[in-house]
Amino acid sequence: MELDLSSEDAAFRDEVRAFIAENYPQEMRVSNPETDLTKEQSLLWHRILHKKGWIAPLWPKEYGGPGWSVTQRFIFEQETSRAGTLPPLAFSVTMVGPVIYTFGNDAQKKKFLPRILSGEDWWCQGYSEPGSGSDLASVRTKAVRDGDHYIVNGHKTWTTLAQHADWIFCLVRTDPAAKPQAGISFLLIDMKSPGVTVRPIITIDGSHEVNDVFLEDVRVPVENLIGEENKGWTYAKFLLGNERTSMAGIGRSTRYLGRLKQIVRTEVGEEDPAFGEFTREIARVELDVLALEATELRIVAQMSRGIDPGPAASLFKIRGTEIFQRITDLTHQAIGNYGLAIREHPVTANRFMPGPDYGHTATEKYLNSRKLSIYGGSNEIQRNIIAKAVLGL
Amino acid sequence: MDIQLTEEQELLRSSIQRFLREQYDFDERRKIVATDEGWSRKHWKSFAELGLCAAPFQESSGGLGGGSLATMIVMQEFGRSLVVEPYFETVVLAGGLIEDVASPEQRQAFLPKIMEGEAIWALAWAEGRSRYDFNNVTTTARRQGDKFVLSGTKAAVVGAPWADKLIVSARTSGGPRDRVGVSLFIVDRHAANLRLQSFKTIDGRRAAELTLMDVEVPAGQLLGVEGEGVVALDACRDRAIAALCAEAVGAMSVLNSATLEFSKARKQFGVALGSFQVLQHRMVDMFIALEESISLTQHLNLSLAAHEPNGSKLASGAKSKVGNAARFVAEQAVQLHGGMGMSDELNVGHYFKRINSINVQFGDPTYHLMRYAQQN
Repeated sequence: MELDLSSEDAAFRDEVRAFIAENYPQEMRVSNPETDLTKEQSLLWHRILHKKGWIAPLWPKEYGGPGWSVTQRFIFEQETSRAGTLPPLAFSVTMVGPVIYTFGNDAQKKKFLPRILSGEDWWCQGYSEPGSGSDLASVRTKAVRDGDHYIVNGHKTWTTLAQHADWIFCLVRTDPAAKPQAGISFLLIDMKSPGVTVRPIITIDGSHEVNDVFLEDVRVPVENLIGEENKGWTYAKFLLGNERTSMAGIGRSTRYLGRLKQIVRTEVGEEDPAFGEFTREIARVELDVLALEATELRIVAQMSRGIDPGPAASLFKIRGTEIFQRITDLTHQAIGNYGLAIREHPVTANRFMPGPDYGHTATEKYLNSRKLSIYGGSNEIQRNIIAKAVLGL
Repeated sequence: MDIQLTEEQELLRSSIQRFLREQYDFDERRKIVATDEGWSRKHWKSFAELGLCAAPFQESSGGLGGGSLATMIVMQEFGRSLVVEPYFETVVLAGGLIEDVASPEQRQAFLPKIMEGEAIWALAWAEGRSRYDFNNVTTTARRQGDKFVLSGTKAAVVGAPWADKLIVSARTSGGPRDRVGVSLFIVDRHAANLRLQSFKTIDGRRAAELTLMDVEVPAGQLLGVEGEGVVALDACRDRAIAALCAEAVGAMSVLNSATLEFSKARKQFGVALGSFQVLQHRMVDMFIALEESISLTQHLNLSLAAHEPNGSKLASGAKSKVGNAARFVAEQAVQLHGGMGMSDELNVGHYFKRINSINVQFGDPTYHLMRYAQQN
């Protein structure tokens, strides 16, 4: 399914497609890019996009964005995701960048934005804390003013790729007496500061993506405060809006569906009693993808006419994650007995892994994708948002 | 229909519970899984001393005569504690097959060692393309004088790296998908020309891919009637399913109580997680899933014990229904625990993975749904 594209937009799409085909690094085409690449390898595509000027589609031109229309941004997102490219550093480009250029002062913009675009600084997100879950306003990490510094103490968790990060943007409590949302500030912390410790959290698929980040008497210069003290919740909510926009994941689901079909054709075969069930289930998911894609295109068309999409992001998040979970589940089922095996991390070629190559990551993908309905505001929370904001319940 | 345990069965259950409580908590299990071998011979000896390895076998074979209900009791408790030792492979699969189809000499030679905890066994029936059908066998066994010569590859043999003996299915006659012509052989794990490539399983066990390159097996190690291996495996699968369902029930019961406890203790938005109606209803559905699974598992075990004629159909039905119920419970337990449910540190994810593995072993819920539909 495609948008009705003007000839300019169609030419743009062809340009993007050709650029990806010619420039996406072969080195990044590993079985599971999210877990198998080194820090350096995962930055290769980021740097290529930066050089091309395409690293930050969302950003205004004055800060280094390409100045694309809504439609062009969507085309770019669609093409990169269909081609299975690893997205550039999301916590840097999609999340903290827009907060800095929207709410930061000139010095902060000058200091941080260029290094975000170039990939020189790797950012991670200090939102979640033990016990906070989807209730982010329950921040307990404290920042106490001491002259030109804040002294920060607390514990952040589920911090994605903090092991690579140079900076962390944190929600901290600066006014313990105020209501939960009112006493929060948005602070940028150098990961090299004394008192910052990163501890890996291994997840059920055996990989190391997330971490605990401990902050002990960390001295943070006051100049690293974004906007006003105690107004951090406003900036945080702004950022979360960005986090949820692109979670429909149509390109990714379409790619994984294609692979699932191939596996079912080869592994299951028509004489298998379950073949018919697989056929039906695949058709169901395919229709789910189609309906979500159509919804996405409809909303993009509305946005390009200037209509506010409202909480559409919640809808995309719910359906996009449920669809992808179902695809990974079916793929795991399709590889049959080999679904008992799981790769060991860190991944090396020396360890024996049974069965055909295309099945090697099926188990870990199924396990890992359970996180999708939990993070970024659990799917239960997203349903609450729609109930409240759309249905008025 | 609710199984009232006899005094003897109660005793069996409470002795397992006590042992596991005292010696096999989650930390201990984690340590065992992390060792090079990946299982504990010490605990295996204790299981044998408790009589677990002899529990299901007939008294005439030297067992304790507990039958499938004894297996059910053991497996349910093992499910609760995520026991990794190869009880299922050794006692339920291999022991069951030997008791069912072996010659008196073979029974004499092999069962006592199993019951005493002296021998570990694994069952190699699957192949790269077999999926869940016992008749899809391309491994061949050629008769050569007083021995058979086996060639081929067997896939995903759980417990093979730990085993002393293997039961291997191979084709002695017929075409690649024929039901008749598959035979079972007892093969020494260290036999010449047998290669093992080991790997870790999703639930922290060890398995292997076996390559047999003209492995010679004495004719006396043919297990059961030549060419009738599929029939023997069908019956073996019914027993296997009864055991796996019991294990799943054990795992589900832990997940449900852990989730319930968590939802009462964990505060979010200023109130307990369990006060949200959407989560209450979810946990009610988890409760119902467990209740139905307990019932169906008991029904299956009683039917098999009574040799009811529709036992095999019922086994497939239970594998499908309990499998789906267990997956629902496991996925929701992870979901309701939030990020913690995703972490390797908490036990919840490990139950989730064991349930996953149970759903693959001997056929997934969809396969068995279809098999159930096709059985008369």
